[in-house]
Amino acid sequence: MLRLFKKILTTGIVTEKYKAPKDDELEKLGIQIKRHIDKQFSGSIAIRQVDAGSCNGCELEIHALNNPYYDIERFGIHFVASPRHADVLLVTGPVSRHMQTALLRTYEATPNPKWVVAVGDCAACGGEFGVSYASCGAVSNVIPVDMTIEGCPPTPLALLKGLLGLINK
Amino acid sequence: MSASNWTTDFLNQLNSAEFFIVPAHINPNAVNTAFNGEPQSDKIVLWQIESKHWQQFSQYALKQNLRWVAGWAEHAETVFIVNSCFEKAGIYVLLRTRINTDHPELPSQATVYPAANRSERHTQDLFGISFTGHPDNRRWTRHQAWGKHSYPLRKDFSVQGEPQAVTPPDMNYPFVKAHGAGVYEIPVGPVHAGIIEPGHFRFLAVGELILNLEERLGYVHKGIEKIAEGRTPESLARLAGRISGDTTVGHCWAACQAMEQAAGITIPPRAALIRGILAERERVANHLGDMGAICNDVAFVFAQMQFTRLRELWLRTHATIFGHRLLMDRIVPGGVICDLSETACTLIKQEMLQLKNELSEVMPAIDLNSSLEDRLYTAGYLSPETAAAFGTLGYVGRASGQDFDVRRDAPYSPYDQVTFKVALEDKGDIASRFWVRYKEINAALKLIDQFIEQLAEGDLLADWQTPPAGSEALGIVEGWRGEITTYVRFDDDNKIARFYPRDPSILNWPALEKLTLNNIVPDFPVCNKSLNGSYSGNDL
Repeated sequence: MLRLFKKILTTGIVTEKYKAPKDDELEKLGIQIKRHIDKQFSGSIAIRQVDAGSCNGCELEIHALNNPYYDIERFGIHFVASPRHADVLLVTGPVSRHMQTALLRTYEATPNPKWVVAVGDCAACGGEFGVSYASCGAVSNVIPVDMTIEGCPPTPLALLKGLLGLINK
Repeated sequence: MSASNWTTDFLNQLNSAEFFIVPAHINPNAVNTAFNGEPQSDKIVLWQIESKHWQQFSQYALKQNLRWVAGWAEHAETVFIVNSCFEKAGIYVLLRTRINTDHPELPSQATVYPAANRSERHTQDLFGISFTGHPDNRRWTRHQAWGKHSYPLRKDFSVQGEPQAVTPPDMNYPFVKAHGAGVYEIPVGPVHAGIIEPGHFRFLAVGELILNLEERLGYVHKGIEKIAEGRTPESLARLAGRISGDTTVGHCWAACQAMEQAAGITIPPRAALIRGILAERERVANHLGDMGAICNDVAFVFAQMQFTRLRELWLRTHATIFGHRLLMDRIVPGGVICDLSETACTLIKQEMLQLKNELSEVMPAIDLNSSLEDRLYTAGYLSPETAAAFGTLGYVGRASGQDFDVRRDAPYSPYDQVTFKVALEDKGDIASRFWVRYKEINAALKLIDQFIEQLAEGDLLADWQTPPAGSEALGIVEGWRGEITTYVRFDDDNKIARFYPRDPSILNWPALEKLTLNNIVPDFPVCNKSLNGSYSGNDL
């Protein structure tokens, strides 16, 4: 147990500072926010992540948001286990046809008001997979999208800035 | 018995049983390609047989202790070319037969090799080939995106298909049922509670005990095999890098290796060494992530925080040195697009030293934790027999005593120039799969050191040359999850005619159904994480 405490103490706090991003900065990161988010969301958002057909690359970087360097929870942004607890759906992947109904049902299960963030190039435009017998392409082909964060995959920094832009802190 | 002996003896045995096999080279172009000092064609032999012997061959193969590696088909006008691949002692046998499209039937190999089960169901769904005598011929990859009587990988099926506006859910899949007092079903997914890929798990449980687990995958089927057709080599490499985002280096390498061998190209030594460094760095990054996540699934957050921190530092170095955090698109047909400067090499070495020091502090703190021991030891047991029967690969196989590693047993450049120890455990539990990962990290760090030592000035890219139409090859590499086997055939004009990547997950997923038996439902997440199959790599 002492080793454990020693490692915690010697590691210290590695969390880095991030300022709320400005509009031009978001644009540079390939983040598009279609409309302003209601005031009731400023301060805190609950996110339900939905992989609708991704290669898992975006998930790895979304995971990284919870590591001690980004520690996204300190901004009041947290991931929840059910769409019924969520304000925001973070959707990755081209939407595979086999996931289309699951995504629609997840969208319906999320209480209003809700926002959809399409994460990654595939979610934004279909990416390497496009539209085919097996893929519906971009998330906006299936459910309304309020914001896109591009990148293959987007870096945790781009994701963090995008989500901070969303809550307009 | 020397390596080349077993194929000769086996061939004699088969031919005396009237199989009439004439061994051939898979790709005459590849004969000049040095492959561990031997031509690659000696590592992979092509045996064509009559379709009526398809199942019988597998019975002989099982007696010879051959491992079932992969199975796939191809549509060529009036015939289906069906392949299955076997391995023993680092030599691969590519078995091939042709069947008429009028009567697409073939005796199933899954009756002999459980490993072939889902692969044959995939071929059945996408080509409409029926495998007679198959122990479980329910649909697998097909949900409701295309009809029962249309087959996406046939040439008359267009890439766009005829999808409905909204694809209905796959409601009536005939899951295994159990009846009796106290038995109940738990359906989980496709949308899971965590930040993970989609798939469905159907538990049959009594109290907390898992009686049976059935996986239902295919949710992220993106038609990768179909959209690969007609691509250029560069475009195929990009697609291969997105088969499974965590294995971008592994899949990209396997696809490029196959294309290069089909085209008869040898990549420059410097490019091979850099590919090796990329692959080992990918292995370390994923193992760090997994080890943290395994501990997190039994609520030991200390390890999760330490490992995600180390992983983040590792990924940041990927970005500064190689230009991409996950190393996507660094490998291209003919070589690599990123070079390593002297400074970069020093930085990599320093970082490895630092990682070793950090791990030497973190690992004892984990090892001495009895509550963690309680959860990880003996849980999720996979016996060596089951592991062998399903042909499990990588750390899952190696934690259950399956001593196979492509890097050592069928080495390709640059692994033919180095020595290393393959990590092995034999307890088959979650703890074994945890510790085997730690051993693999250490082995990977040593390998990177050796690769850096051998780096000499040189080109990064070989000139591409258009392969003749019909050229084909197998790319076989050890990805971080295990052996990746990728088949490529070229059309004319430098275009891809057929692409089939076999991710190790395809063989590892069925093992999860077995290793969770008699565990409790709350231990399923950690069992699953200890195996960490790729959904995307499985569903294609």
